[in-house]
Amino acid sequence: MSDPIIRMTNIEKHFGSVIALAGVSVDVFAGECHCLLGDNGAGKSTFIKTMSGVHKPTAGEIYFEGKPMHFEDPRDAIAAGIATVHQHLAMIPLMSVSRNFFMGNEPIKKVAGIPFFDREKADATTMEEMRKMGINLRGPDQAVGTLSGGERQTVAIARAVHFGAKVLILDEPTSALGVRQTSNVLATVDKVRKQGIGVVFITHNVRHALAVGDRFTVLNRGKTLGTAMRGEITPEELQDMMAGGQELATLEGSLGGTV
Amino acid sequence: MSDATETDERIKEISRLRQALIRPELGGIVGTVAVFTLFALFAWDSGMFQSQGVLNWTIVSAQFMIIAVGACLLMIAGEFDLSVGSMIGFAGMMIAVFGVVLALPMWLAILITFAICLALGALNGWIVIRTGLPSFIVTLAFLFILRGFTIYIPQTIERKTIIGGIRDAAEGDWLAPIFGGKIGQPIFQWLGDAGVIAVFERGSRTGEPVVDGIPMLIVWAIILVIFGHVLLTRTRFGNWIFAAGGDPEAARNSGVPVNRVKVLMFMFTAFCATVFAVCQVMEFGSAGADRGLLKEFEAIIAVVIGGALLTGGYGSVLGAALGALIFGVVQQGLFFAGVESSLFRVFLGIILLAAVILNTYIRRLITGER
Repeated sequence: MSDPIIRMTNIEKHFGSVIALAGVSVDVFAGECHCLLGDNGAGKSTFIKTMSGVHKPTAGEIYFEGKPMHFEDPRDAIAAGIATVHQHLAMIPLMSVSRNFFMGNEPIKKVAGIPFFDREKADATTMEEMRKMGINLRGPDQAVGTLSGGERQTVAIARAVHFGAKVLILDEPTSALGVRQTSNVLATVDKVRKQGIGVVFITHNVRHALAVGDRFTVLNRGKTLGTAMRGEITPEELQDMMAGGQELATLEGSLGGTV
Repeated sequence: MSDATETDERIKEISRLRQALIRPELGGIVGTVAVFTLFALFAWDSGMFQSQGVLNWTIVSAQFMIIAVGACLLMIAGEFDLSVGSMIGFAGMMIAVFGVVLALPMWLAILITFAICLALGALNGWIVIRTGLPSFIVTLAFLFILRGFTIYIPQTIERKTIIGGIRDAAEGDWLAPIFGGKIGQPIFQWLGDAGVIAVFERGSRTGEPVVDGIPMLIVWAIILVIFGHVLLTRTRFGNWIFAAGGDPEAARNSGVPVNRVKVLMFMFTAFCATVFAVCQVMEFGSAGADRGLLKEFEAIIAVVIGGALLTGGYGSVLGAALGALIFGVVQQGLFFAGVESSLFRVFLGIILLAAVILNTYIRRLITGER
């Protein structure tokens, strides 16, 4: 494989006396889905915030397309092509899909020198992009509030892709979704990957990770426990690594191995 | 995944009529039709629908429209301005102080007043943004502060609360007619000669039409409604207004300058209030300390009748204009119909309630909120 789009080595992040990240190394290649697994408190959120420019690492290096990178704020990361789809989506339910899609990046059409919002272009592009993702809207003026959670995730992902994301960070996109919606979002992830975008998929659901992931990195207590390729690791092993081994084992009898 | 041509079988086909009806302005449209039908039935002979009567309720409606446009855009941007009424009184008093007491040229007095009021609007917005306090509280404070100054200033310098002589001071000024003048006199003269509208039959103005032009107040109302509607629905900035009110955090994440949008909308509301004030003092020829009382609530009521959501992110300028029209027609129509004028408030309350219930239902259909 060629060089990774983004390589982060030995990232440390300290908040005062708390060590949130104690040496995390992850790299993402174009066209792959890199799953970042970890239980609550493992440092997943801190890590993606470092990747998307919200936090500056205390120590460690970030290389973006082979060059060392220092993000001053999230706008730098967005400009470089790192898009984050947060759990708290940047979507406004009262507004139409096309207005949401182009929020902050509205296309402009000049009429008599006055810049107007080019609604025809916005509507057509939105319908086209949503069709590519397999969602048929009733119309571009349909409000986001009428969409399901999975469809909203897909709109957010389609928007990030349309505006030139090279790395797409998905922060627990499936955590609040039903079975069918989850499979729709996972299918979207697959489509995005095939367009040559590096996807960082954060989750604590091993089954969702295994459904689309090419590589799996497990975070535990602020450290990477290693990266495994698809097919090298079983769901049980991943689960155990996430939970830290022992605690889950004692429970397994009573839960009947269903976790 | 479904293929591209397949549609979701759970989405029912919506008829064109239903689609045309489901819009934020529906409550306002229904209300307008209802109000006009009612008064056409009960007040047709009263002169309400003759030229002078039409002008009468059009002027009142236009007054409401001017402040409703500002309040509407601000409400969609997620904020309130309760200081609109006090701003009207304050702006009028500033015109009188600069133009009459200090005897500056009227155009200069008007420009200084606009500058002061826009600065006050910006200050309102800045405090709201900086402190994170609800705009309800911040502008409530300004409601009292500005009203206090509006009474204090003329009392201190002139020992009275009404300053007159504005019409004389505005004589021959180039800017004052833009607020206090009339347009279209030849058309009305022609209409009068043709017998379409009533003319004076006695006195020194015999032969002149009773209504001899469209006051600039109405022109301002129309211009502001068109401007507000185009700004909101047809520009990038309009999208930012919706976004800033719908979810400021999400809007910021998407790169919308939420604070700038909000401050500008506070300034626009102040601008509308000042336009109202200047038109009013030019018409009356005087500035009074009690002008604009309760206007802030009337503006908000018109906006809400027009389908806007009190919590922001949703609304329509055309709806707000219809709300203002309903307001004006009811207020003046009851007078024409010979109904006890205190019943105005009863009617208004009923219309407000009915329009808001209808609007809430429509909004749920459109936005899917529950």
